Amino acid sequence: MFKYVKQLTSLVAMVAVLFVFTTETMAAKKSKTLKNTQKKGFVRCGVSQGLPGFSNADAAGNWTGVDVDVCRAVAAAVLGDANKVKFTPLSAKERFTALTSGEIDILSRNTTWTLSRDADLGVTFVGVNFYDGQGFMVRKDSGITSTSQFKNGISACTNIGTTTELNMRDFFNSKGISYEPVAFEKADEVVAAYDSGRCDTYTTDKSGLAAQRTKMTNPDDHLVLPETISKEPLGPVVRQGDAVWEDIVRWSLNVMIEAEEYGISSSNADAMKVSENPAVKRLVGSEGELGSYLGLDQDWSLRIIKQVGNYGESYKRNIADTGILPDRGPNNIWTKGGLLYTPPAR
Amino acid sequence: MKFKKILPQLLTLLFIVLVFGFFTMNAQENMGARGLEFGFGFLNTQASFDIQFSLIDYDGSHTYARAYLVGLLNTLLVAFIGIILATILGAVIGVARLSPNYLIRKTASFYIEFFRNIPLLLQIFFWYFAALRALPMLEDAPLLLNSSYMTIKGLYTPAAIWTNFDIFFTTIIISIIIIFFFVRYAKKKQEQEGKRLPVLIISSAIFIGLPLLTFLIGGVDLSWSFPVIRQMSQSSYTFDGGLKIPPELIALTLALTLYTATFIAENVRAGIQGIGKGQKEAAASIGLTPSQVLKLVIMPQALRIIIPPTTNQYLNLTKNSSLAAAIAYPDLVLVFAGTAMMQTGRAIEIVGITMATYLTISLCISLLMNWYNKRIAIQEK
Repeated sequence: MFKYVKQLTSLVAMVAVLFVFTTETMAAKKSKTLKNTQKKGFVRCGVSQGLPGFSNADAAGNWTGVDVDVCRAVAAAVLGDANKVKFTPLSAKERFTALTSGEIDILSRNTTWTLSRDADLGVTFVGVNFYDGQGFMVRKDSGITSTSQFKNGISACTNIGTTTELNMRDFFNSKGISYEPVAFEKADEVVAAYDSGRCDTYTTDKSGLAAQRTKMTNPDDHLVLPETISKEPLGPVVRQGDAVWEDIVRWSLNVMIEAEEYGISSSNADAMKVSENPAVKRLVGSEGELGSYLGLDQDWSLRIIKQVGNYGESYKRNIADTGILPDRGPNNIWTKGGLLYTPPAR
Repeated sequence: MKFKKILPQLLTLLFIVLVFGFFTMNAQENMGARGLEFGFGFLNTQASFDIQFSLIDYDGSHTYARAYLVGLLNTLLVAFIGIILATILGAVIGVARLSPNYLIRKTASFYIEFFRNIPLLLQIFFWYFAALRALPMLEDAPLLLNSSYMTIKGLYTPAAIWTNFDIFFTTIIISIIIIFFFVRYAKKKQEQEGKRLPVLIISSAIFIGLPLLTFLIGGVDLSWSFPVIRQMSQSSYTFDGGLKIPPELIALTLALTLYTATFIAENVRAGIQGIGKGQKEAAASIGLTPSQVLKLVIMPQALRIIIPPTTNQYLNLTKNSSLAAAIAYPDLVLVFAGTAMMQTGRAIEIVGITMATYLTISLCISLLMNWYNKRIAIQEK
């Protein structure tokens, strides 16, 4: 009889555990993500598996890139230290599941903002940190200088699980060109296959092409064609259902962009505290109480600018100086002819 | 007393139901909290992405359900070819391992030790990337067998163009049925009258003759479309016409075959060695020829040892084919659990369908092999 008593007790314990779990998941608290992040002491950030300029780890495991800097900005704002970030490299396929399942709290992984993703995946896009577009790379010796020279039967290497596959179909269909899509799970294999001659062209976001070109056996043998076949606004993503956390990430990015607009950089941020311009003073925390609206302290934005820098500094450090895309193009402040125009931080 | 027997069963059942119930409810709640809906309606929406290689008519305007079917058929194709080739190669290597010839024996054991001790994924990468780079570009490819080209973009072979293929196909089925009944009749005749009919010759005559006849009177015709090279740009070429077998399929089949064949070879060796020497000697002493000894005495017994572990290897090969995703072969995992999952975001539904599919394929292979195993097992009379 003793045997069954033991089985019964363990069953009762099981049921009890179940109930504890269920009540916990049902309790919706205000910004659970912020609370958890502060409790853990680091921001959980999903990045790419290695895309120079956006999110790339060096031999020592230090992550750099414009996408990485968004997470660092949030860490500086929330935890006071831009280095308190735990990076999780994700494939294109894994990224949204990792975010919705709660494995990460910010997805900053050159992710295109589209209606279906925003509305159907249980995630929210908070802004755009890079304006990109899909392009094509070809070998120079092919003599191709424009997509109008593409002929029937062309084979195109790309990644699975991205908007690229869909754009590619739209593009070739509208031109009436038959093509062979060769889709790999990882970017490194796409590069290897294209580099070996398996494909005639490699297609992905133009920034990606520029970055991957540096990984080819001989980068000078390859050419990125001038045409852009799609709009690819890339930006950070958060889980749906935590409006406060969403605001924190959105405004951390906006602070970086607005700081550049007002000429505040990591080197002059402290000096700007006594600026004449109230907008500048709000950004460095010497006027207003912007931080309190987000559940943060007064110096949250000052820390972002001091520890991570403004958007222009981040771009220069990660994308321009590394030779990926020296020309800022649309990724410039609106006052300088670019598309970066943020709502005012006030 | 009876209650005491049933109680543990009931508790176990309750436990399983509770665990499943908990996971289902938890998933539903969490999905609900994030605004996700559970459902299979997405299967009927347009897929909008193209697939490189398909056995059925498919392009992006078809549905996700159709894309699933394309992936499934590609998986079955690679599993089917792989199983057949691995079985043939495994049987040959397994017998070679027992060869009295030193060189053959040692080569076979070297092959087995080499290929079964390297991770399969590495072998797939090797065959794809290393072999791919070694293959010629299209314009430099030599003509093979006066008809085909092996190039970096795949194997281009002549394609068969059939007229009235359905008539031809039906005739083949009919001839197989005729052969089946003829063999049964011949066996019966031998048992009753002791007369041996030339079964092999007559069967082959039926199998070749009947379909050939359809060419003469059935209106069946076969012509070939040969691949013809065409320049696309200064340095890139393509072939028009013919049949194209993508290098991804070739590399994957090659890697799966070479890997699985090592295990099958060991099964075959174990099967043959498991038969006592006395069996062979006894068979020889009653006057059977060496080929009859092998066919009537050794193999029926050896197969009983070989089949069950070989079934495992068939299952392994089928499941291992999902590594295709690494080298762009559009199998079920790449197309459905990859692209389709990404485009729809229906992770739970799609992973569920994919798991159920692999389970079904594996169970079918198991059932088939168990049926065969039962057939060749000792029949107690």
